[in-house]
Amino acid sequence: MTSLYALCDCNNFYASCERVFDPSLNGKPVVVLSNNDGCVIARSNEAKALGIQMGDPFFQIRNLVEHKQVHAFSSNYVLYGDMSDRVMQTLSQFTPHVEVYSIDECFLDLGDFYDIDLFSYAWTIKRTVTQWTGIPVSLGVAPTKALAKVANKLAKKSSKANGVLVLTEPYHIKKALEATKVEDVWGIGGQYAKFLKKHNIHTALDFANASENWVKKHMTVVGVRLLKELRGESCLELEEVTPAKKGICTSRSFGSKLTSFKDVEEATASYAAKCAKKLRSQKSCARLVTVFIQTNPFSEHDKQYYSSKTICMPVATNSDIELIHYATMALKAIFKPHYYYKKSGVIVTEIIPENQIQFDLLDTVDRQKHNSLMKVMDGLTDRFGKSKVQVAAQGLSKSWLLKSDYKSPCYTTKLEEIQIVYNQ
Amino acid sequence: MCSAKVIPINTHVLEQLDFEVLDSITLPLFGSYVSAGFPSPADDYLEDRINLQEYLVQNPTSTYMMRVRGNSMQDANIHDGDVLVIDKSLKPADGLPVVCFLDGEFTVKTFRKINNKAYLYPANPAYKPIEITEEMDMRVWGVVVWILHKPVKR
Repeated sequence: MTSLYALCDCNNFYASCERVFDPSLNGKPVVVLSNNDGCVIARSNEAKALGIQMGDPFFQIRNLVEHKQVHAFSSNYVLYGDMSDRVMQTLSQFTPHVEVYSIDECFLDLGDFYDIDLFSYAWTIKRTVTQWTGIPVSLGVAPTKALAKVANKLAKKSSKANGVLVLTEPYHIKKALEATKVEDVWGIGGQYAKFLKKHNIHTALDFANASENWVKKHMTVVGVRLLKELRGESCLELEEVTPAKKGICTSRSFGSKLTSFKDVEEATASYAAKCAKKLRSQKSCARLVTVFIQTNPFSEHDKQYYSSKTICMPVATNSDIELIHYATMALKAIFKPHYYYKKSGVIVTEIIPENQIQFDLLDTVDRQKHNSLMKVMDGLTDRFGKSKVQVAAQGLSKSWLLKSDYKSPCYTTKLEEIQIVYNQ
Repeated sequence: MCSAKVIPINTHVLEQLDFEVLDSITLPLFGSYVSAGFPSPADDYLEDRINLQEYLVQNPTSTYMMRVRGNSMQDANIHDGDVLVIDKSLKPADGLPVVCFLDGEFTVKTFRKINNKAYLYPANPAYKPIEITEEMDMRVWGVVVWILHKPVKR
């Protein structure tokens, strides 16, 4: 049996989502900003051509935005999430086995499709996704996942491929590896790339030709797996079920700078509650909770401060009440007055399945009561919407809420915000 | 609150269900409470309520909604304030109402193909048909499959 994978990747996904509902943005530079409009997190090709970099702070391009040379959007994750879902569902029509790799990437197992004309099948996939969702995608097809990644990158870059590249012939695979820089290979990070270049390995082909022992010695078995994948031997299988997350982080920049403990406490409590909700939805509990706070590193005249504190909870939990309790405790330990805080966050780790909790003999918390309370709270949230019921520590003022001055409507999820068709 | 009563079942008249099948069965909610009284004669005839979403949306993945402003399509039953259900997976064909992007705006018109030429027809004598030419920046965005119209605007 020969393996065969396709990697389908949405082109400039966030920017493309904005364009679906405003086609006048086609051909124009579009950027999407991070939470709180802090920095650039997505760019259309036109924005890339203007030299705007990933992570550029917004104030650096504010001038271009105000003169309408660049169209900026606050991130609209509700819209992007729904559009991603539509893309993935469209893709799952073409094979029963898909792995949603990220919000805009998906692996398709085409192992049973060797006899068909892969090139035309790939084009059918591409055309269908674009027709159904309006999102342009690129496809790379190859015998292994790592090679599919290589094919996808080239499909996007080469104007001849125009978004679809099938790599099944050894000669084509060799040419593709030759044209791929080693730092662009899936899983090779900056440090490894530097190291490999020092040893005269510059392209993916150089790497594929390296000796297995040498790679094992310097890059562990992970490197060997990659080596084999690039040589066409499939080692990475499709992960159709996403494994439960090992750590969950909820952190945001505040809409404005905060100095009072109460405001930071409310924000932090809300992030803790978000973490608890995520834990419950994946049916797990966490043992460690970490809280961090920081001032604005971009501000030159403010005093700078960063600190974090981790607390090991007596029993792993996913209850809002308990997580907020310990997160607040951690915050109290690190909070210093007279600073302008810009961001705080809550990270939960040591995550275990709900049914494997080790109880403490001296535990004073009525866990059953907490559990049923959380169930009721989740039920009310599902019925009446977010933040209708919450733990009091989360506060009501929400003076820390995010800034999103350039947010597009939720075109596909809120009836009040659907696009208008003009009939004049 | 309602109380439940154990109803004795004669096990040998029950069909064997294999568990794989059982897994995929969703049980309908019974129409009446189980009570000590006489069971509702309608319980055996329970069906799902009519699902409007299923009726209006053939292909959920490619279906979107937009709201109408203006009256250029009033004679085609498309009125100001209506909600359009649009299927992007359908190709425009002669006579179908389509949403298209024309001169920087979304607009809804009837798509016509006459003698190999494509047109966008309004449905209001005050407006003229538009012939689609090569150099026009026109894209059909999707095909209108339903018009949701409220009889009385509130």
